[in-house]
Amino acid sequence: MESPILRIENFSAAFGENTVLKNINLSFSRNTLTAIIGPSGCGKTTLIRCINRMHELTPNARVSGKILLDNQNIYDTDPIIVRRQVGMVFQRPNPFPTMSIYDNVVAGYKLNGIKLSKEEMDQTLEESLLRAGLWKEVKDSLHRRGTFLSGGQQQRLCIARALAMHPEILLLDEPTSALDPKSTAHIEELVSELKKTVTIIQVTHNIAQAARVSDSAAFLYLGELVEFGVTEKMFTAPKDKRTDEYLTGRFG
Amino acid sequence: MNRMAETAISRRIRVDKLFKALVIILSVSSIVPMFLILFMIVKNGVSVIDWQFISHLPKPVGEAGGGIANAIWGTLILIGLSFVFSVPLGVLGGIFLSEYRESKLAYLIRLSVEILQGIPSIVIGIIAYVWVVMAMGSFSALSGGVALGIMMLPVIVMATEETLKLVPDSLREASLALGVPYSRTIMKVILPAGLSGILSGILLGIARVAGETAPLLFTAFGSPFMNLNILKPINSLPLTIFNYATSPYPDWHALAWGASFVLIAFVLGLNLITKLVTKRWKVQF
Repeated sequence: MESPILRIENFSAAFGENTVLKNINLSFSRNTLTAIIGPSGCGKTTLIRCINRMHELTPNARVSGKILLDNQNIYDTDPIIVRRQVGMVFQRPNPFPTMSIYDNVVAGYKLNGIKLSKEEMDQTLEESLLRAGLWKEVKDSLHRRGTFLSGGQQQRLCIARALAMHPEILLLDEPTSALDPKSTAHIEELVSELKKTVTIIQVTHNIAQAARVSDSAAFLYLGELVEFGVTEKMFTAPKDKRTDEYLTGRFG
Repeated sequence: MNRMAETAISRRIRVDKLFKALVIILSVSSIVPMFLILFMIVKNGVSVIDWQFISHLPKPVGEAGGGIANAIWGTLILIGLSFVFSVPLGVLGGIFLSEYRESKLAYLIRLSVEILQGIPSIVIGIIAYVWVVMAMGSFSALSGGVALGIMMLPVIVMATEETLKLVPDSLREASLALGVPYSRTIMKVILPAGLSGILSGILLGIARVAGETAPLLFTAFGSPFMNLNILKPINSLPLTIFNYATSPYPDWHALAWGASFVLIAFVLGLNLITKLVTKRWKVQF
């Protein structure tokens, strides 16, 4: 078996006195989709925000342990570099309101001052929008503001924006929690397709969604990793009692 | 229902109507002074205005004609100088306040800015006199610009802070998550999103200082000549109005009305532009 692209080793995180993650060990294989599930406040979002060091925006954040991306500890790398390798999509679609659809997709280049030729730019744009399943809908209105799109389209625009940077890993933080069922189904289809080309780690509240889209799943409870394994096995025959109780809806 | 309750209710309805009428009458009467002022200025000022008035220098007493070109240019130069002194400082200060809302330093700066806003303009004029005029040995446009700049500063800091506070955190996160450094995130994402608010703050700041006279009395000082050198005394519209209106000559009084008209038109124009800017460039989040 191929070595995992991302390994989390003895990882703990705290905000001030408040410990949020306790000694997490996890590994993620290339081009798979891992769902992080668990009740509210269990540390799911903190865990993925630690993977691109976005948690550092919160004051008094502390971590210990390692997160290795291609065997390189991301805490020994500049966060700016880490975030270019690990893309992120948030709960609420957040396209840049001052920019056109075009500029939103290539925002990673424009904002970073990375010079691309017009052809490279156009190519990145089309490729990213195609991968995000948005090309057909917006190809005639590339120069309109991104905020004119519907919620689901905006979220796919944000996915295209993250993909444009060619990240190794794509973090999705409950990407469908602010969307209607139809847009949700669309995004689920999209991530199932995307995982062929990029490693996806997705936080979700929705157990059915985790069952539909993920290859493996990690169940977090009170900041601890309770169970981690192939989704099918875990959902049909959980090893831990707490996983069983959560999956059958007895808490959370 | 008995009779007593009925009279009580009809009395309440009467009081209610009276109250409503009072509110309407009083609020209408609050705009009466503005219209009276505008009417006075237009009536007395408009007859003086012609091309010569705008483009020529003042004539000595007794000679007919003459204009206020030096005051118009002076006001523009003073505004330009105060813009240069206050906008970079004010916008950066506003960014700091909205970024580090909770820090002790932010609290201190916010307090200072509020106090600065309350300082009477004549006092700011004295400060500029001591700092610049005495240090450089002469009245100058520069010192007037410093005084007006200090007056504009709080308006710009507050407008910037208030505007940037409204920019959602999710935008900052979107940018940082793309690996965009903090400085570029501020300059290219946060500031553009708040541009309309910051611009309208700057325009309101200009409108505020355009009519200031007191801080210019012993800084820019005034001058009957055309002067474009910022190290020399310079005239301004409010100073012209002050000097002409307090003179004993009737034709100078007429000139003062004309200058008032120009000044009011300028300030009203700025206010209108501000409204347009806020409307047109407003960013929807």
